[in-house]
Amino acid sequence: MSAQNLDFYYADFRALISISLDFYENQVTALIGPSGCGKSTLLRCLNRMNDLIPYSRAEGRVLLHGDNIYDPSVDVVTLRRRVGMVFQKPNPFPKSIFENVAYGLRVNGMKDKGFLTNRVETSLKQAALWDEVKDRLHDSALGLSGGQQQRLCIARAMAVEPEVLLMDEPASALDPIATQKIEELIHELKTTYTIIIVTHNMQQAARVSDVTAFFYLGKLIEVDRTETLFTRPKLKQTSDYITGRFG
Amino acid sequence: MFGLFRVAAVINGIALLVVIYFLVVRGWRAINWTFLTQPPIDSMTRGGILPCIIGTLCLGLGAIVVALPIGVASAVYLNEYARPGRIVRFIRLGINNLAGVPSVVFGLFGLAFFVVYLKMGVSILAGSLTLGALTLPVIIGSTEEALRTVPDTYREASLGLGATKWQTIYRVVLPAALPGILTGTILGLSRAAGETAPIMFTAAVFYTPSLPTSVFDEIMALPYHIYVLATAGTEIEATRPLQYGTALVLIVLVLGLNLIAIVYRSRLRKKR
Repeated sequence: MSAQNLDFYYADFRALISISLDFYENQVTALIGPSGCGKSTLLRCLNRMNDLIPYSRAEGRVLLHGDNIYDPSVDVVTLRRRVGMVFQKPNPFPKSIFENVAYGLRVNGMKDKGFLTNRVETSLKQAALWDEVKDRLHDSALGLSGGQQQRLCIARAMAVEPEVLLMDEPASALDPIATQKIEELIHELKTTYTIIIVTHNMQQAARVSDVTAFFYLGKLIEVDRTETLFTRPKLKQTSDYITGRFG
Repeated sequence: MFGLFRVAAVINGIALLVVIYFLVVRGWRAINWTFLTQPPIDSMTRGGILPCIIGTLCLGLGAIVVALPIGVASAVYLNEYARPGRIVRFIRLGINNLAGVPSVVFGLFGLAFFVVYLKMGVSILAGSLTLGALTLPVIIGSTEEALRTVPDTYREASLGLGATKWQTIYRVVLPAALPGILTGTILGLSRAAGETAPIMFTAAVFYTPSLPTSVFDEIMALPYHIYVLATAGTEIEATRPLQYGTALVLIVLVLGLNLIAIVYRSRLRKKR
């Protein structure tokens, strides 16, 4: 997946300025930067969730396997199945655990009970949640803890087998133990998925990602392999942010 | 200052209690099994109000059948699809004005349009349509409120999984809003059951010997029955206890429905 000269406007405000960035397959790319730098905006452009915001527009291209997702002929609904998203605050539906995970499949027309049961089990196992919920699949998802709910949301996103997984600060609302579980999960998932994660927590970015991109005020300042960016950043601005001189 | 506010609130409660007390004292003697299950006899000086109870239930149900689909659909459109602009403002203006139309005007409209022009005659159908129009703003208002309570995060999550807007509304938003919609429906039902003017010209009659068998039948109804016993007819004084009895039945029905709605709503709020 890649962005090419992407600009994004909220009405007249230019939130993203000529972003060109590649996201490599089966790698974790972290987007870091201070508040308001545009990293969440960029993330939401990748599955066109920003389309929901009135008076906004995007200019430039975002390619998924070579096709521009902003082309007018693109079906946004199909796109969002291929590019899944996990949000900052866990947002399970007020339904049972089973129905939450099965939701994406059902809206895409899958009715076969056997298939659904299998896929739900697989996704919950992938999200490291299966053992904890296998005996109460039909209980309300709202009865789970925050960390469990977030893993449920991840399972839900994975059930439709997307190619890319977008994560918007997935652990910021969770306690350290739950955070650790999520981070371990990301590590396992990257063998199957391409993951792009926005995080406020630089240590997390360092722990979890292969490539890190640093943003400031809507511009991409520097992007490099994580180890390089954190130990030998090329620009002073990057090293200032990483060492906490501002942020 | 606080004392004054408290007094105002208490006056509300006292007013209601006074009304109920008044009706109970004057009407309880009329209430018995015969009263509730038999039709009136002897120029309505004796007997019961069964046809009125049946009629009111038919009309209430009819009003909901008319108002609920249209009301929920309108609320969904206004809250989920409509983009702010002239058309939406116009629609909202229409709904607000509809809510302010006096009920007797609804009655005349129902008479002119449903009964006469569409040739439905005085019937449950015409009465239900008229009452439906009256109940519509109630349903729309409470449905919109219920829809607004559904967090946007649900909608985002659904769309993010590749659902269409309609699927999101149908599978997530409406089920989540259902309790609020239900509360509004009960309140609308209670309002429709108690109205007199809209049904006077469109569905209710002074007397009909049999219970309704089709939507084109005319019926008797509780509020209208109170009116005719107290004003028309030849035995106004003699039927006084029956009037209070009928009023008592009606108020028990209306208050009962309201109470159910209120209790249900407060339990919902506690769950959140």
